[in-house]
Amino acid sequence: MSQGIKKQTQSLKSFFKKKMLSIDEDKGEITITFDQKNIIESLRFLRDRPEFDFKQLIDLCGVDYQEYKIAAQDEKRFCVVCHLLSLSNNQRLRVKVFADDDEFPIFPTMTEVWPNADWYEREAFDLFGLMFVDHPDLRRLLTDYGFVGHPFRKDFPMIGKVEVRYDPTLKRVIYEPVSIDERNNVPRLIRDEGIHRG
Amino acid sequence: MKVFIVAEIKNYTMNFGPQHPAAHGVLRLVLEMDGEVIQRVDPHIGLLHRATEKLAENRTYLQSVPYMDRLDYVSMMMNEHAYVMTIEKLLQLKVPIRAQYIRVLFDEITRILNHLLWLGAHALDVGAMTVFLYAFREREDLFDCYEAVSGARMHAAYYRPGGVYRDLPSKMPQFQPSKKQSASEINKLNKNRSGSLLDFIEDFSKRFPTYVDEYETLLTDNRIWKQRTVGIGVVDPDRAVALGMTGPMLRGSGVEWDLRRKQPYETYSELDFKIPVGKEGDCYDRYLVRMEEMRESNKIIKQCIDWLRVNPGPVISNDNKVTPPSRSEMKEDMESMIHHFKLFTEGFHIPKGEAYAAVEHPKGEFGTYIISDGANKPYRLKIRAPGFPHLAAINEMTKGHMLSDLVAIIGTQDIVFGEIDR
Repeated sequence: MSQGIKKQTQSLKSFFKKKMLSIDEDKGEITITFDQKNIIESLRFLRDRPEFDFKQLIDLCGVDYQEYKIAAQDEKRFCVVCHLLSLSNNQRLRVKVFADDDEFPIFPTMTEVWPNADWYEREAFDLFGLMFVDHPDLRRLLTDYGFVGHPFRKDFPMIGKVEVRYDPTLKRVIYEPVSIDERNNVPRLIRDEGIHRG
Repeated sequence: MKVFIVAEIKNYTMNFGPQHPAAHGVLRLVLEMDGEVIQRVDPHIGLLHRATEKLAENRTYLQSVPYMDRLDYVSMMMNEHAYVMTIEKLLQLKVPIRAQYIRVLFDEITRILNHLLWLGAHALDVGAMTVFLYAFREREDLFDCYEAVSGARMHAAYYRPGGVYRDLPSKMPQFQPSKKQSASEINKLNKNRSGSLLDFIEDFSKRFPTYVDEYETLLTDNRIWKQRTVGIGVVDPDRAVALGMTGPMLRGSGVEWDLRRKQPYETYSELDFKIPVGKEGDCYDRYLVRMEEMRESNKIIKQCIDWLRVNPGPVISNDNKVTPPSRSEMKEDMESMIHHFKLFTEGFHIPKGEAYAAVEHPKGEFGTYIISDGANKPYRLKIRAPGFPHLAAINEMTKGHMLSDLVAIIGTQDIVFGEIDR
């Protein structure tokens, strides 16, 4: 397996050369980062060329790097991470693309390369507010009808912003600002010593 | 001159669920119908969305283990498995071999649990009531195994980073006499519970093949069952791959792909089992694949029991930076005391990095992707639920079918909303 990963990394390097931003190999997983330009073309190569043959999109998710202390790439905020699987070569690949604009993150849609990107992109739009250009049907997927905001962004509070209750006088369900405080018993902590080192 | 007035028939929209018994929880479908033929299906999901991924960002790694149980709530331990495997990958943590066998044993018990519920619910949706009652009889025994090993019938939180919480109990809990049941009835119930948990599971694995035969007698050659499932919801292999299908949905279409064989984790490479594959890619083939999988799981269980009987050993890593020290050590040793205190107040830290690990879940590939910034909580946790792309494909699978076939297709997809909505 590790032999195959070295070989795969080499063939990805020699094929994409300048078209990719970076490639790295860690814990038996290859991560390749692409620029926004020509991304769809590169993904097509990944899908169609027999030495890659990534026919299956396993997962696509958004990531908000806002609070990531050592920011990944030029300190850009939003990223789309795809996990690809090649059944014929028994290989996995992680593809990352960053949005150029933090205020209005735009990505090209991947639905034309892998049809199941449809719902994954709807989810990323819903939870992170990522815009996928030319997506056939970019609606919210998981949150409530009429939901405001993008809940998985790091600046969205964990307890949310509104709560619902039934108002007996108005005889309907109403939305109000949340009345509870966020509870955090274990603070988030980054340590340099006394941690497990494999 | 005669004038014929032909009524203009338009498609109409129909709402299916979320309070429909065949909707398997809280599925809402907006159907566009032409008479009784489905033109378009638009699933509205998210009614069970609990933001597990967001919650996990605010909990320590260990605190999130019980949340994993509640994702796919019919195959609890498998969800934990993917999660702890990702943590172990990030930490490069070795799991003792006995713990690996226990995990495999309970993974396969979980697979049977899941397939039994799927079988019962699928048959019930299509109109066969009896199978449901049969399937739940066996599920009860398996829940007893869960309870004996973890204390909980369903949401076990048994797998921990570095191994499993504790070794298999040497005594199976027994029924106690009560006003409702006489001593002789109790004795009868306790007959296969007199030994250890392994004895109980072995007794079950001996009985189980005949139970599968019973289900097959009820369904496999049943004319009504075949009319409702043969040729329904056909997916061809290339399309199944393109749509991101995994597990029995993919194997039903004839693609031989099983992570247990292709990318073996734990001890699957040492075990002997077959991968059943379908041919036509319809509901009936997927049914046959799952039935065969239950038999294969039973074989794996037997092999695990044989191994576990003769190979005692630790069941959790002794690296106390990640796993708690034993109670007795804690009382004697200051360092163990500190480890325990730090683990349960602050939790363990994972070095900066990211990893994805997946298991062959009963429904397909269940994986978790963790990004760590070096803290005691994940920076981002993404759960790859197998049911999500399956449900996304429902529009394609049902197009041109009758309304009643929709129910069979929902059944064959083995939809559970805990994992789809997360």
